[in-house]
Amino acid sequence: MNSSVDALRATFGTAIGRALEVCGDTIVYVDRARAPEILKWLKETPGEEYNYLVDVTAVEYRDPERALEVVYFLRSLHRRADLRLKIELPRDQELVVDSVVPVWQGANWLEREVYDMFGITFRGHPDLRRILMWETYAEGYPLRKDFPLRGRFSRAEQVRQALAANPEAHYSMEELSIAEAFDGLPEDMKERLRRGERGKLPYSE
Amino acid sequence: MKHVLETREVSGQSPNYLLAKFQDLVDWAVNASRANSLWPMPFGTACCAIEFMATAASRFDFARFGMERQAFSPRQADVLICAGRLPFKLAPVIRRIYDQMPQPKWVISMGACASTGGIFDNYAMVQGIDTIVPVDVYVPGCPPRPEGLLYGVLLLHKKIKGESLFDTVRRREEESLDERGLRLPPEQIDELSEPFGNSIHQFRSA
Repeated sequence: MNSSVDALRATFGTAIGRALEVCGDTIVYVDRARAPEILKWLKETPGEEYNYLVDVTAVEYRDPERALEVVYFLRSLHRRADLRLKIELPRDQELVVDSVVPVWQGANWLEREVYDMFGITFRGHPDLRRILMWETYAEGYPLRKDFPLRGRFSRAEQVRQALAANPEAHYSMEELSIAEAFDGLPEDMKERLRRGERGKLPYSE
Repeated sequence: MKHVLETREVSGQSPNYLLAKFQDLVDWAVNASRANSLWPMPFGTACCAIEFMATAASRFDFARFGMERQAFSPRQADVLICAGRLPFKLAPVIRRIYDQMPQPKWVISMGACASTGGIFDNYAMVQGIDTIVPVDVYVPGCPPRPEGLLYGVLLLHKKIKGESLFDTVRRREEESLDERGLRLPPEQIDELSEPFGNSIHQFRSA
């Protein structure tokens, strides 16, 4: 068992749930409300220093009663230690967790992927948009168990929506301006981006 | 030669005889030039593209069939080779590339996934690129060996040599998307995308 577990229990007490060891990896369940604080502590405390966020992912079990889980894979590069944290999201509540982008910048796209595939919202994420499916994708969240393998729409409708997409409008104005490329664009492209040619995003107001 | 014989039958000494002969000569020259200098536009999305590269490289070398120059711009290409699976996200891209290619143009669908969706009968994958662009030659295989692709190219040569500048039936015309933004009627797309073979067992609840 990873020694960080005892340190976590000593510091956060009841916010730390059960811990188990699977195939040599330590898994710790933590409380959803205090998760950002715990993750920040794990990164910044001397002796812990999990400075590398390997992956953020989520799990949905076939058991319809069982909660969804968000999983954080942490690694301390110089201590060569791994730790896995899980947050349980009960199904009767909203699927929301706090974003860890302020702690690890690298979580940005990882959390977008979890949002895209599972529909879990990350509170405080700077740019929570779909990352793998196109942004106007309206069929739901593909890795959820209630999602049919072939999608919800007919094949003809899927082809129609795909062909209606503009292949040149996959960058938001924000992305382009962050890249300092927006001002250098031709006028007609700026105009198209202003008009929002990507269409209406289905999960935004 | 066919319409030469027809004109003869109708009127013995047809005044169209020389014209028909001339048309055949022009068709032969144009088609031989087109077929023997195809410039491929590779659209490689998956493992088929590896076999495509092998086909282009020295051992199989499709330059032997006049495909010396690969066009990495659709503006200077004759034949679009879709090598690999096509996700819905890339569907508008391949359509745009096809639209940008100048006439005359042909499409080879290389491999099971490009032709039918293959094993990827799921929410993200186009079930056959013929729902997006017209296809001239389908090359089966997962992935096809380079010999398979070369055979497909030779079949395309044969097809091109059967075209005629003067015969609207045998001439390829540009097809644009209809008012719904589809290439085929929706029923036909649904029918083409029907599950078959192993994939009918993929339903989780079954």
